[in-house]
Amino acid sequence: MNPMPPPGYTQTLIADDPFWLTAIKVLVVFVLLMLITLFMIWFERRVVGRMQQRPGPNWNGPFGLLQSLADGLKLAFKEDIRPVLADKAVFFIAPVLSVVPAFVAWAVIPLGPEVSIFGERTALQLTDLPVGVLVVLACSSIGVYGIVLAGWASGSPYPLLGSLRSAAQVISYELALGLSIIAVVLYAGSLSTADIVAAQSTGWYIWLLPVSFVIFAVSMVGETNRAPFDLPEAESELVGGFHTEYSSLKFALFFLAEYVNMVTLSAVATTLFLGGWMAPWPLSLIPGVNEGWLPLVWFFGKTLVFLFVYIWLRGTLPRQRYDQFMRLGWKLLIPVSLLWLMLVATLRVLRAELTTGQILIVGGVALVLLVGAALLIPDQAPPDEDREPPIVTDYPVPPLDLAVPPTPKRRRRAVAPAREDQQDGETVTAGASREGDS
Amino acid sequence: MNALLAAAPMTGGGEMSTGESVAFWILGPVALAGGLGMIFARNAVHSALWLVMTMLSLGVLYMVQQAPFLGFTQIIVYTGAIMMLFVFVLMMVGRDASDSVVEVLRGQRLAAAVLGVGLGGLAVAAVAETLTAVGPVGLGPGYGPEARGNVQALGTSIFRDYLLPFELTSALLITAAVGAMVYTFAGQARRKQASQRERVVERLRGPLAQYGSRSGPGVFATADSVATPALLPDGSVAPASLSRIIESTRRERLDADIADVQSESGPAGEIDARALRGGGHDGHEGHDVGSTHDRLSEGSHRATGENEGAR
Repeated sequence: MNPMPPPGYTQTLIADDPFWLTAIKVLVVFVLLMLITLFMIWFERRVVGRMQQRPGPNWNGPFGLLQSLADGLKLAFKEDIRPVLADKAVFFIAPVLSVVPAFVAWAVIPLGPEVSIFGERTALQLTDLPVGVLVVLACSSIGVYGIVLAGWASGSPYPLLGSLRSAAQVISYELALGLSIIAVVLYAGSLSTADIVAAQSTGWYIWLLPVSFVIFAVSMVGETNRAPFDLPEAESELVGGFHTEYSSLKFALFFLAEYVNMVTLSAVATTLFLGGWMAPWPLSLIPGVNEGWLPLVWFFGKTLVFLFVYIWLRGTLPRQRYDQFMRLGWKLLIPVSLLWLMLVATLRVLRAELTTGQILIVGGVALVLLVGAALLIPDQAPPDEDREPPIVTDYPVPPLDLAVPPTPKRRRRAVAPAREDQQDGETVTAGASREGDS
Repeated sequence: MNALLAAAPMTGGGEMSTGESVAFWILGPVALAGGLGMIFARNAVHSALWLVMTMLSLGVLYMVQQAPFLGFTQIIVYTGAIMMLFVFVLMMVGRDASDSVVEVLRGQRLAAAVLGVGLGGLAVAAVAETLTAVGPVGLGPGYGPEARGNVQALGTSIFRDYLLPFELTSALLITAAVGAMVYTFAGQARRKQASQRERVVERLRGPLAQYGSRSGPGVFATADSVATPALLPDGSVAPASLSRIIESTRRERLDADIADVQSESGPAGEIDARALRGGGHDGHEGHDVGSTHDRLSEGSHRATGENEGAR
């Protein structure tokens, strides 16, 4: 294992970066995100294609890699349409508001350890704030304004519905997202992303805090409006959702923001739970594997795993119904993360005061008591057959005992002449009316 | 932003650094413009957006003044959650809804202006006092107990020194939230959802039972009109569906039918509905019922034939 820098080391390391180095980092992060977006669009189409037993784009460039570049250029040259009823200023600001925060969040993502660039010692990270994790949350909460305002400014009902959904969705899922991060912060003892990565040198938090990881992963998908939670742009319900009225470059900006957001949150998940730029276990035993530029490979490898899961979800799951989706957020994710947080905090306090053996004994006793209490809860009472039925609507429901009674004997005798009619190739009714007419 | 933070003085000090003053002279006017825009914007959503701008500027100002935690919390909580709720509600009012400029209360504007200026004067006086009386303390890395920086010091303050007020405040807020929900849903307690089985039982035994159930799935019904008599499962006419006052559903026809059956089987109280012929014996009015019958059951064919023959 490589010795990890003390907390706050990266911060001081980056603080004395010369201006040109910061500029280079900004440029590299920007170009990198653009390239990853182009790659992601291609990757998504190829993977989904593979899942649907078709090749996907494979014509332009090697393996069709240049397809998204061509699409992007085509998009830029399309006519930019603004609806008559649109609110001009807000309609223009919305796409910008959704793209900028997506890029800004990357400023605090640690891509690698300390390296030397043109003789200057620095870390592979644009900046390290003592509250780095909050930057990510703040950026995602600003980014939503883009979506919400886009729908409102379009002056059209479907986009408005999309943006209302988006507002409700993001408020709900940001809570779960924030709560799942708190457990990580409790263990790392710092809000700085670089420190969180350093704190995982002895073990990734996905093993220590699995519940937090699951909640983060679920709310991450909800936060980025991706399938199966892509309700703000559900094409089967809302045409295109918030971006129905957008075209050309403005639409491209929304597209870009969605993909950059995906990459950002995948990178954040990697940083918080998968040890950031540190090598995975068997490889981490090799000395020198966590130094220099090599960790970039581990970092982007892990991020790519998350991105693949995003695509996999989209290829597999149908879109959720809106009320089910909100119920999942408020009635499952948030209570579970609150309980989990209490458990983690309790354990943290106990660890400081008790030994592991004592904790195990106390935990075991508590578990036995809990199971005993669970056994005391009576089973569900059997349904009372004779009780007054509740008020119901008069929607027609077939009776449970619906049975066609047997035809009485007198009728059976009468059937015989009808059979003859049918043999003549005519129906009973027609035969009867013919008789009547003649 | 990093450059700004780096440029800000790291420890203590009363004088403003260049970066800090540059940030202030950019953000101050922006925040002020946001406030003015919020007041003067006609459109409610525009108004909310101006307020968002002010809040963002304030957040960045906090960050520049070495309180990044406060700054980002301001952005997350106020801009991200509270203003989003505002915008959410405002979007419901409709895009073209604008403020009314008609003064409803007499002298309201004058009173509002006087009170507003008074409040502003109070605020300025209070802040101006602190500008000179209180010496600035840097909130940088060397700040707080054990010199661990702003975030840790804030944590220590809230969760150690002022734990009780903090808990009381949160209890108050939770009470308010629960109270709001109780008032919202008061009086409209949610009815228990009846299961499918319960609905069926209700249909068969409850107050609706006297009307019988509607026809089961797959039953061919030509009409729901009162003029069309209801049919019992064997195809005979249901007595309750025939009215004495509606001409097309003659009650007499059924009565004659019942009398006919009773003369055959003897007057043994309740007669079996399945034994009814449905067509009736009065002949001349039999078409309505009969025409329904011949489409519904082959058993009624005989009766139809009789009717048509009689005509």
